[in-house]
Amino acid sequence: MALEQRLATAVAPRRGASWGARRAGFAAVVLVVAVLPLLPVPAQWITTLNYVGLFALVTLGLVLLTGVGGMTSFGQAAFAGIGAYATAYLGTRLGLSPWLGLAAGLAVTAVLALALGWLTLRMSGHYLPLATIAWSLALYYTMGNLDALGKYDGLLGVPPIELFGFSFQEERRMYWLIWGAALLAAVALVRLLDSRPGRVMRALNPHRGGVTMPEAMGASTFRLRVLMFVIAALLAALSGWLFAHLQRSVNPSPFGIKFGIEYLFMAVLGGVGSVWGAFAGAALVKLTEDQLQALLPALFGTSGSYEVIVFGIVLVLVLKFAPDGLWPLVERWLPKAPRPDAFADAPPLQARDKPRPGDVLLEARALRKAFGGLVAVNDVDLAVRAGRIVGLIGPNGAGKSTTFNLLTGVLPLTGGQVWLRGERIDGLPSRAIARRGVSRTFQHVKLVPDMTVLENVALGTYLRTHAGALAAMARTDRAEERRALHEAARQLQRIGLEAEQHQLAGNLSLGAQRLVEIARALASDPALLLLDEPAAGLRHQEKQALAAVLRQLKGEGLSLLLVEHDMDFVMGLTDRIVVMEFGTLLMEGEPAEVRASPEVRAAYLGTEH
Amino acid sequence: MDLSIAGILGLDGVTNGAIYALVAIALVLVFAVTRVIFVPQGEFVAYGALTMALLQAGRVPGTAWMLLLMALAVAALDAAAGWRRRQPARALAAQALRTLALPVAATALAVWLAPRSPSMAVQALLTLALVTPMGPLAYRLAYRSLADASVLVLLIVSVGVHFALTGFGLVFFGAEGFRNPSFWDARFAWGPVALSGQALIIFAVSVALIVSMFLFFERTLAGKALRATAINRTGARLMGISTDAAGRWSFTMAAFIGALSGLLIGPTTTVFFDSGFLIGLKGFMAAVFAGLTSFPLALVGAVGVGLIESFGSFWASAFKEVIVFTAILPVLLWRSFVDRTAEEH
Repeated sequence: MALEQRLATAVAPRRGASWGARRAGFAAVVLVVAVLPLLPVPAQWITTLNYVGLFALVTLGLVLLTGVGGMTSFGQAAFAGIGAYATAYLGTRLGLSPWLGLAAGLAVTAVLALALGWLTLRMSGHYLPLATIAWSLALYYTMGNLDALGKYDGLLGVPPIELFGFSFQEERRMYWLIWGAALLAAVALVRLLDSRPGRVMRALNPHRGGVTMPEAMGASTFRLRVLMFVIAALLAALSGWLFAHLQRSVNPSPFGIKFGIEYLFMAVLGGVGSVWGAFAGAALVKLTEDQLQALLPALFGTSGSYEVIVFGIVLVLVLKFAPDGLWPLVERWLPKAPRPDAFADAPPLQARDKPRPGDVLLEARALRKAFGGLVAVNDVDLAVRAGRIVGLIGPNGAGKSTTFNLLTGVLPLTGGQVWLRGERIDGLPSRAIARRGVSRTFQHVKLVPDMTVLENVALGTYLRTHAGALAAMARTDRAEERRALHEAARQLQRIGLEAEQHQLAGNLSLGAQRLVEIARALASDPALLLLDEPAAGLRHQEKQALAAVLRQLKGEGLSLLLVEHDMDFVMGLTDRIVVMEFGTLLMEGEPAEVRASPEVRAAYLGTEH
Repeated sequence: MDLSIAGILGLDGVTNGAIYALVAIALVLVFAVTRVIFVPQGEFVAYGALTMALLQAGRVPGTAWMLLLMALAVAALDAAAGWRRRQPARALAAQALRTLALPVAATALAVWLAPRSPSMAVQALLTLALVTPMGPLAYRLAYRSLADASVLVLLIVSVGVHFALTGFGLVFFGAEGFRNPSFWDARFAWGPVALSGQALIIFAVSVALIVSMFLFFERTLAGKALRATAINRTGARLMGISTDAAGRWSFTMAAFIGALSGLLIGPTTTVFFDSGFLIGLKGFMAAVFAGLTSFPLALVGAVGVGLIESFGSFWASAFKEVIVFTAILPVLLWRSFVDRTAEEH
């Protein structure tokens, strides 16, 4: 089974002890970490823990990138190199403060990561890792050959970090900085993933839904993926900055491709799907590496980095037998309970002004789509008036789903125009169409299985909320977040699924999942709702429940366009029906007219000769 | 720079480019059939060159023992899997024999022949016989059971295999570098530009392999079937194409091409146990230029990488690698306009 698929099932919450117990446990861990250097522990412990913290900081970025976003990078060590060399150069050659060095390192890293991400993230997933391999080699040889950076000897005598006269020269003091940074970064990531941008990030992994659904919810997936790459790079640069001031010197070797690969190894070993797996992976690799580097050269009789053999083999074995890494084995024993949601009294989100009933809402004129020589949609005209339910029907291969994808901007048009409330919308990307009040569901349900039903529905509020990644990390987004969750809960109530809101979406039946998709679309406060085969695969009672919900939505003033196969379902529900056959418009009319039409009957059942 | 220097650099670049082209076509081939981005391709190149070097020195190359080790590991895995499925002992033995026969024979031959200093042609054939079977064995050990995983997971596996093969290279060949004698010492001179016989062999082999790969994948049914396995594994299986055999075949070809490239590059540069990685990555640049799909474009990209490298080392020798690897950025920019499609997978 693919790594990502296993991931999706690995992070299921288990009910048990309360949320509070987990928080208390975390506080206790932080306390132990904080007081450790004050205790008479051996210096070697502190040294090892310092490296574990530095490695974990880099690995956290890979958890976000690989585990959450389904991307990967072998260049994290190179980003750490930028952080380290920036402060080392400014400190040793120009005598500037380490804090300026930090700012410079982060700025250079951000620019480079933006450029690399912008170049590669539009293309399929393997270009980013390949680009990071090439660029980290380029950077390594640059560091090793520039006179200004001391060539392969590097820069010596990096000044210690000082803060208000307190010097972080000793290792025991650097420890606080390193672990403070690592834990803060971990908490920031946990918060980010539980927020407006975080929900979309978790939906991005191609094995959990891909980009079509988040785009339909109005999110620019490209920008979010670049953002994730930049965050990962900045975490690496921060680690490099700390590393330079811990070692008090820098040279190119810890920033080469071998370390870039080792960081990925840490992430995979610890558990690429969980923030705390980064710490587990960093600790395990650091501790075994120390042992192996002593043991293996003695075994083979010469020096050399033989530990890569063990790492390589273990990496393959982990991917094969424990693709979600080792942290989930620990996670299983930790209390996990649903977070108490105090959003019941949150004010509602702003609603858009709705069109007057009877006005033309959506109009397609001479809609055309050709795939090479095949004309899938041939000059189709179609209109939806406000407050109506329009059905789009036709036999298999009639071009219904293609029409649907043309209206929602998923596919580009070959010809024709689409107008929404007097504005031309053809040629716009699907997120821009979503912004104008068109929301949709998918024929193949696209929920994020490892998020709760409530979180999935909250994805629909993306366009009605504004909090960014920084606000999420600083938790200044909570007021808005409560409003978004309140809205999601309200929509679940509207479709009668409020009891399931804390379930994982992947655990629901197909019928319930289709209803959740409708709730998610409703959460965007649409003027027009497009439903792609909402009744497909549903049992009879589920269909009746769905029809009741749709009728109720119409009663509340919403307009719907639905593509459907099931005749009974469509006939009993719609105000008008558009029939397609072989890509062309066969007829349009009231359900009774369509039912009576011999052409429609012929199209579905064939003709008698 | 005058014309004669440009000529020398150009010839040098094209010669190196021909080697990178061999690496690139192996990468395109493996990716086209299995979706594996085969980072360890360079290791096979180093193994080829070093195996030849040790045979030259009259020593038994470490690859002989490594091949035996890999074959034993595969035989043990197969036996365990067969035993769990309660296959009869006879079938188990037959399977083990199939796995072990060729590697054991190659190892025995190497042990027997190495101290007898056979002719260069025999040494070259022996090198190919030792390195080529490692391809399918590596596929069986690392990739087969993960063959349905995503490109990303397969890439991470490749990196693990690269680590392991580099480490084993250090164990079996040591940290020492080797340079092999040429296969053909002839020189053809036009003024200051001299074309060596070795370079001619390199050109001939590269062009022949690329043309045959292109024809095989574009013009034959078997080639099209192999490409189908990468695009839709289930569909290919339903059409009666064995995805497992396709994987084994492509890795065999990759290892063969790798060993061959090692034989070719051995006389032109000093090869160390870890030299393969950089050679492999330069082949990658060419493969990325080709979008990991087109054999002719891979050739163009590889010659481009070779030329950038030789001219780069003339103008700024310390920054040769920097120039080569930074060149991927404009290539990616160009590719990002060419491949706008494959977003969903």
